[in-house]
Amino acid sequence: MNKKLTYVAASFAMTAAAGAAQAEDLTLCWAAWDPANALTELSKDFEQQSGHNMSFEFVPWPNFAARMLNELNSGGRLCDLMIGDSQWIGGGAENGHYVKLNDFFDANGISMDDFIPATVTGYAEWPKGTPNYYALPAFGDVVGWTYRRDWFERPELQAEFKETYGRDLDVPNTLEELKDIAQFFQGREIDGKTVYGAAIYTERGSEGITMGAMNALYNYGFEYENPEKPYDLEGYVNSPGAVAGLEYYKELYDTGTPPGSSNWYMSENIDAYKSGQVAMQMNFAFIWPGVNADSNVGGERSGYFPNPAGPAGQFAQLGGQGISVVAHSDKQAAALEYIRWFAQPEVQARWWELGGYSALRSVVEDPEFANSQPYAQTFLDSMAIVKDFWAEPAYAELLLAMQARLHNYVIAGSGTAQEALDGVVKDWTEIFEYEGKL
Amino acid sequence: MTQSPIKKVAQATPEPVARRLRGLSDRSIAWIFVAPTIFLLLAVNIFPLIRTIWLSFTNYRVNRPNNEVDWVGLSNYEQILNDPDIWNTMQATAHFLFWTLLLQVLIGFALAYLINKKFKGNNMWTTIIVLPMMLSPAVVGNFWTFLYQPQIGLFNYAVGFVTGADPASFSMIGDVHLAPWAIVIADTWMWTPFVMLICLAGLRSIPESLYEAAECDRASQWRQFWTITIPMVLPFLMLAVLFRGIENFKMFDLVVQLTGGGPGSVTELTSINLKREAFEKWRTGYSSAYAVILFVTVFGLASIYVKALNKVKQR
Repeated sequence: MNKKLTYVAASFAMTAAAGAAQAEDLTLCWAAWDPANALTELSKDFEQQSGHNMSFEFVPWPNFAARMLNELNSGGRLCDLMIGDSQWIGGGAENGHYVKLNDFFDANGISMDDFIPATVTGYAEWPKGTPNYYALPAFGDVVGWTYRRDWFERPELQAEFKETYGRDLDVPNTLEELKDIAQFFQGREIDGKTVYGAAIYTERGSEGITMGAMNALYNYGFEYENPEKPYDLEGYVNSPGAVAGLEYYKELYDTGTPPGSSNWYMSENIDAYKSGQVAMQMNFAFIWPGVNADSNVGGERSGYFPNPAGPAGQFAQLGGQGISVVAHSDKQAAALEYIRWFAQPEVQARWWELGGYSALRSVVEDPEFANSQPYAQTFLDSMAIVKDFWAEPAYAELLLAMQARLHNYVIAGSGTAQEALDGVVKDWTEIFEYEGKL
Repeated sequence: MTQSPIKKVAQATPEPVARRLRGLSDRSIAWIFVAPTIFLLLAVNIFPLIRTIWLSFTNYRVNRPNNEVDWVGLSNYEQILNDPDIWNTMQATAHFLFWTLLLQVLIGFALAYLINKKFKGNNMWTTIIVLPMMLSPAVVGNFWTFLYQPQIGLFNYAVGFVTGADPASFSMIGDVHLAPWAIVIADTWMWTPFVMLICLAGLRSIPESLYEAAECDRASQWRQFWTITIPMVLPFLMLAVLFRGIENFKMFDLVVQLTGGGPGSVTELTSINLKREAFEKWRTGYSSAYAVILFVTVFGLASIYVKALNKVKQR
């Protein structure tokens, strides 16, 4: 009730402040997915308060990067606000596509200390680790796992699993345990239907297999570079641990995933899970509200867990995005007004209520947060272990090189894991040499 | 006295316009009419072509607007021609081209030959057969993705039914050995009707008198087929091969939708690879050189082919 009152009060304050401003037609660009619908709903309040009209350009994930980076690179004025992927921040900043927001944040009392640190580093800063901000953390996201709790709890399956593996059929603590569970369910008959172990990311065209395999690679010892010497890749990207991680991912693909899942990403994994094909699915946390509400697999029938640990630690691939003002837009004042409105704690609380993962600490650190949704605690646990891909201006080249090498090994079965990662080192070295970083 | 229509039009033309046009030569008037087309052609085709050729000698990247553009000479061309990945995509394209053309010509001609016979329901069957080519390639790609689905796909089920194999035991688009055939089958399904229609036009253009004369000479059906039907349809067949060859050389949408170029890179055709270089890796100079190489290759092959086609026509 209190929250609602504060929210209404803030709305009136915004209306008064925006009264003098000229009404604009603002376009916000983002990916076409469930959170985008929640943002459309949330933004109605902004329209009411500010008098500006909001339009949205939502592009499906597989085409999102190509479409939007094309827009930015060509100096297009379609988007006034961009919720761009975390890895775009370097290119957005260095190529002058995003407006630097430090002065705006200072003038409006917006502090990055109020946001989850990993999201500030991942979505807002460039160069990383420096207080130069080109975005406001908008949507926290991370790769995690969803599982069929109702299948896991079946006494006959529990008994068989215990007999086979000598432990209870439960949420896996390690990646090896996860593989055992996937293999246990692979090809099994449940309710007269053949089911499979896990749906994992294998997509070739955009970023899928990289976003998936990194969850194994990080936990087996992969590092992007020598911590002491930036861009020194040899022995880090292709370390023995990284090789073991990639071999693990291939084995999981070969022995624990549905046949034909050679080009799957977010939506295919959701479909496989919701249709009862798989016992577990790897996916970004944004899907959890949808799973929870699903009539087939929602509620008590599903559970959530963070990416399990490996021999070198427990990490998970960061997803999520920050919201930036596009430098080519001629409606920057109105776009900044939207960011000021979006940063308010009340708006962020409502964002979470609607299904958007707020990155504001006051929202996620609220004592009631962990119990507010069945997946809230898993989200918090997962956000505490995140790692992200390169956010360099050359991120697209770096990503595509890795996509090709990983898909060639994991899905096509060409060469060895060592050769695949040596190839990544070779490709990345060439890219960094061209960039003048080496 | 009735006036001629020409005189009527001449009189109806407003005086100032007529006077102005009267001062122009036929050649000038022709230029006035042709100029907008030439301007459009220059703006839309020639300028981009010249610009692409110029860019192919630079290290320009469209996503690095602040970087200096350096002249790199033939380095992009050298890199492309020495890149084993590019040769792999060329090989994948050659495989796709060869088999789609062969299957489409054989099946298309056979279907046209059958449809050309008069039988009940002829028109209905023609309409049904040409339906696939009326669909969007993206829709066809999506549609075949479902057909190839190991658990629920009709294709896998049909293969399983015929061979006794478990439908879920093989994945047409996930297996490196099967995926190149998966795209050949989908493209053949979609475009065979096009070849059939061209062949049908060829078959229907053969004068009946030739067959009648052959009958008088007591030529067998087999002999008539090889000495009348095939030579008369050959120019049409060659035209169909030219159209399909050019189309399939730049094949993109159907394959992207079906396999995304995978598994690995086994179905990454040149157009997909070129798009990745140009608009995902943003190597503008490099991809310009790549585009020039492909353009020269297609243009060269098509020119040789058209010459051969003309020779066949003249025979």
